[in-house]
Amino acid sequence: MKKVEAFIRHEAFEPIRQELLERGIPSLSISEVKGSGRQKGVVEHYRGASLTVNVRPKLKIECVIDDSEKDIVVETILRHARTGSVGDGKIFVVPVEEAIRIRTGEEGEDVLQAHEGSEVPAT
Amino acid sequence: MTKRLSLAALMALATSLALPAIASAQDITEVVEAKALELDMVWVAVATALVFLMQAGFLFLEIGFSRQKNAGAGVAKILINLGIVTIAWWAIGYGISGTGNDFFGTDGFFFSFGQVIGSGADAFEVAGADAMLMLFGLAFCAVSLAIVWGTTLERIKFATYVVYAVVFGAVIYPLVAHAVWGGGLLSVDGPLSKPVMDFAGSSVVHLTGAVGGLAALLLLGPRIGKYGSDGKPRAIPGHSMPIVGLGVMILWIGWFGFNGGSTFETSGAFFGEVMLNTQLAAAAGVIGALGVVYMKTKTLDVGMAGNGAIAGLVGITAPSGFVEYWAAPIIGLIAGAVVVYGVLAIEKYLDDPVGALSAHGLAGIWGTLAVGLFASPRLIVEGASPGFWYGLTDGDVAIGGTLGQLGVQAVAVVATFVVVFAISYATFAIIKATIGLRVSEEEELSGLDISTHGMYGYPEAFIPQEEYPVGRFEPSVAGTPVATETAASDTRPLVKS
Repeated sequence: MKKVEAFIRHEAFEPIRQELLERGIPSLSISEVKGSGRQKGVVEHYRGASLTVNVRPKLKIECVIDDSEKDIVVETILRHARTGSVGDGKIFVVPVEEAIRIRTGEEGEDVLQAHEGSEVPAT
Repeated sequence: MTKRLSLAALMALATSLALPAIASAQDITEVVEAKALELDMVWVAVATALVFLMQAGFLFLEIGFSRQKNAGAGVAKILINLGIVTIAWWAIGYGISGTGNDFFGTDGFFFSFGQVIGSGADAFEVAGADAMLMLFGLAFCAVSLAIVWGTTLERIKFATYVVYAVVFGAVIYPLVAHAVWGGGLLSVDGPLSKPVMDFAGSSVVHLTGAVGGLAALLLLGPRIGKYGSDGKPRAIPGHSMPIVGLGVMILWIGWFGFNGGSTFETSGAFFGEVMLNTQLAAAAGVIGALGVVYMKTKTLDVGMAGNGAIAGLVGITAPSGFVEYWAAPIIGLIAGAVVVYGVLAIEKYLDDPVGALSAHGLAGIWGTLAVGLFASPRLIVEGASPGFWYGLTDGDVAIGGTLGQLGVQAVAVVATFVVVFAISYATFAIIKATIGLRVSEEEELSGLDISTHGMYGYPEAFIPQEEYPVGRFEPSVAGTPVATETAASDTRPLVKS
């Protein structure tokens, strides 16, 4: 099992989510993060004085998948998140030891992504 | 000291009381007439302040319907528009809107004290009361301009405001105001068999603003993300319904000056009738909009309730001085229904973030036509016919009568639309071809606050506390008890015993 952790631009998220859903990987989490990198900070001017904000808002996607699905996820993120300018973000892939579904107590790779027939439709 | 002052005050009072007593009857009449005019102007002054308050209403309404990243831009927009339109109105606009030929006014440019405006018997020398009325006119022009930008939020270039505000304040609004209120083509002096009745500007102010907004929107296009790949509209929720509500209520209150002040006088306290009509229609507008939106979508939409109030107010703007109380709730109720159907229909094709096209455009058209339906014989202006409703009861449905009046009202709608749309579309097209109408995609995504103005409307929503000069939060502020580890575990044990 692997966890893909990607730091991306906000606007890249929706196409990534849609494609992963279509390719059978619906389960993921996002969080709003602020971080620094090679992209310059934002200078805010406030009535004559200025304030440099060195961290920029990014979106973090976390997605735990079966080893075999890693390439699909990475490739999807790369395709939609790359604009070619500084600030596109990074992807990290880390190993995951265990996965447990809280509702049933099931363990292992079966609990990672939704399966045929088990989807709960969005209302 | 106090005694002396009060003595002086008493003497002054005695003199003022004694003077009229020793004056001739003719002098008394003159004094009373002058005082009556001054009293009228006091009311217009109050109304003017209320109408300028509506700028705050538009500010809150539009900012509430915008996202956080565009909140500060709304403030800058209202202020620069008010700044530019004021100068444009003083230099040119007031002159165009006033006395002149059939098409535009020819006197009163660079409005100044003692200036002679008009010719022949109608000529007058500018004095204090004229300044008051000129300022009242400016407040209307500024309201009309504020309506335009409702359709363009969150993506328009700041320079557009600057250029269009000059054209709007100097030419577009004054032309329409001149046609209906300044002795132009649609007034009693015009070629139409009857004058257009638009008491406070359902078409002159509100339809004009909405049509300007339509012209801008057609050239500007929707916000990024408004329409999905399937072409269906998606909601882009504004960031604060409480702020929207505040805006609606400020507009509602300001409208008492807008309609009530359009009496220009205090005689018979007629403004009271106008204001009651205003209230009845606004109330019915809320009920109509909320009722229809519930029937259509099974939700009690907060924003739509606000749109309903505005639509009721826009709808009653033209009829407020011409209809009886029973007609006002009918006009408001229909306006409230119209705004819901309008928003739902327009949303499919055009991205109008605040619903200005429906609330000011469609309701403005309805209000103008409603005069032709409900105008009371008791209240109509000279040369006009009562509303079609009265024609049905007394049999006067001729073209020369009530039906003709309804037709004349329709002519006002079409004429306003054509003139305002043509000039506005040309202006925006020129802006688009030269300096550009719309910000870049990157600027739109990061928000107008930081990209255009270099500052956030809500800095703490975007800048982490750690980046502030003070650094991180200091929890141990003097006088504030700080929870220690022991205290925390005392009050909230992790394991139940």
